[in-house]
Amino acid sequence: MGLDIRLPIGIIFSVYGLILIVFGLSTNPAIFERSLNVNIDLWWGAAMLVFGVFMGGLALRASRQNRP
Amino acid sequence: MHPQFVDYAIIAIYFIFVLGIGFALRGRMKTTDDFFLSGRSIPGWITGLAFMSANLGALEVMGHAANAAKYGMFVNHFYWLAAMPAMCFVGVFMMPFYYGSKVRSVPEFLKRRYDEKTRTLNALSFAVMTLLVSGVDLYAMAILFQRLLNWPFWSSVVASALVVAIYIYLGGLTSSIYNEVLQFFLIVFGFLPLAILGLKAVGGFAGLQAKLPNAGYAHTWANIWSADMNPMGINWFGTIFGLGFVLSFGYWCTDFLVIQRGLAAKDMPAAQRTPLIAAVPKMFFPLMVILPGLVAIALDPTTKEMLGGRYDNALPAMLGKFYPSGLLGIGLTALMASFMSGMAGNVTAFNTVWTFDIYQTHINPGKPDRHYLMMGKLATVFAVAVGILTAFIVLQFNNLMDYLQLLFAFFNAPLFGTFLLGMFWKRTSAHSGFWGLLSGILAAAAHYAMYHFKIITYPSDMAANFYQAIVAFVVCFVVTVVVTLFTEPRKEEELVGLVYSLTPKPRNQDLPWYERPGILAVGILGLCVVLNIIFW
Repeated sequence: MGLDIRLPIGIIFSVYGLILIVFGLSTNPAIFERSLNVNIDLWWGAAMLVFGVFMGGLALRASRQNRP
Repeated sequence: MHPQFVDYAIIAIYFIFVLGIGFALRGRMKTTDDFFLSGRSIPGWITGLAFMSANLGALEVMGHAANAAKYGMFVNHFYWLAAMPAMCFVGVFMMPFYYGSKVRSVPEFLKRRYDEKTRTLNALSFAVMTLLVSGVDLYAMAILFQRLLNWPFWSSVVASALVVAIYIYLGGLTSSIYNEVLQFFLIVFGFLPLAILGLKAVGGFAGLQAKLPNAGYAHTWANIWSADMNPMGINWFGTIFGLGFVLSFGYWCTDFLVIQRGLAAKDMPAAQRTPLIAAVPKMFFPLMVILPGLVAIALDPTTKEMLGGRYDNALPAMLGKFYPSGLLGIGLTALMASFMSGMAGNVTAFNTVWTFDIYQTHINPGKPDRHYLMMGKLATVFAVAVGILTAFIVLQFNNLMDYLQLLFAFFNAPLFGTFLLGMFWKRTSAHSGFWGLLSGILAAAAHYAMYHFKIITYPSDMAANFYQAIVAFVVCFVVTVVVTLFTEPRKEEELVGLVYSLTPKPRNQDLPWYERPGILAVGILGLCVVLNIIFW
């Protein structure tokens, strides 16, 4: 098919994950009052990063197998 | 709402990616087959998630959260009673005809099974319905961003419509499908924290049940037996036959918006798996839309404080309440993704039906393929432009869900009668399809007029829609049968591949068990029964 959709998905989720992690660690913790005092940016960012790396990994593995 | 720079950056990155997917695919759109059918080359898991995502428009996300706040868990029926059996049915029994007959659209199937006039009637009514619906997604998004972020109504309408137009213009159905897969994952990751934080805030499921305004809100089935006992005012017959059978099978089994995703699959097993793969996330979607709606009403039983007196605010109000900056950007992106996937689904379905079933058939036949490719691209621009106009029309209606179900009750409900008879009764004659379909639509119109002028009354608009669907279906079914009995049947050899009893069954013996449509469908329905019992 040429374009493997898992690659852009992997990239965008990794980028979002990193943004959320950095923002969650550097921002004023007072904003997490609304999320019931959970640093949800950090945790959800980590989850998105894991998903992004997983999708990107699948795409890379597939492209390596297709190359002789 | 309290968005900061980081939230806007997250939204901007999303726009870059959806447009980038369109640009990456632009070189490959050489024939109409590439543009309208993705060259029939896409794996089942991708078409499956796109099938799911094309349905995840404004109706799904905001509408069902609003309904859950208004009617409680009764809304689960839209998923577990309505969608699940219909999605399994279309995958196991109907996809072999759609995909196997190599038609390019649902109206084209009607031409092969019935005749030209049946196709034209369906193509015209589908084109009108699709244009009306596509405005809904635009409207819902624009009104939301106006309310939450003070963006002017028309600027967000034009900006998001332009993005959808560009990525479909460049990459056709493939671009739409690929973006729908991306949008699907964004929607899941954008709304799942809402369910987690919402449950935590009310003290788990037990806490939620205790805080709901009345105990019936926490049940799916317990209050169905009489119309007085449930908030929607619909009894078991209206629910099971109207919603569970006519409306849901009419939508999932005949609406080209979703069927088109299956037609893009790379082979028959992938096409059959498309709706089945879609059914798995669909089954768990109440967690993401109904649960936040219930939490919203539990936290604000009078609807005055957090919801501002409007059920439609349920989902956005929950985002504003629980999401800090950062995650808020993801949540807003998820909302935008859902609106765009719904709109793109309508646009790709419209441009295909317009180009093949109306333009090529009646207006300008016999041109080279390049001509129709260009027409498809023009139709994309046209559909988006009309969508923008429709968004301003919808501004006059006060409830999205009623507007949409009304349209479905007009056009999809009778169509399912035509398909059911056409696919499973070989005697059904060529003429009968047209007359059945036409009288079904007219019956729906007559029913709507009587309801509108209060000659007949129902406890809620939703109940009226369910019964209108039943009326349209029954009239279409009966008229088709009667006309068939007075007209010539078609020759059997013309119907091979179009009628169940005359078509060789797809052989799936060489597939591993987890890829066989029948086994998957049984598994899905079994799981669905378990969910119904747990949330009885």
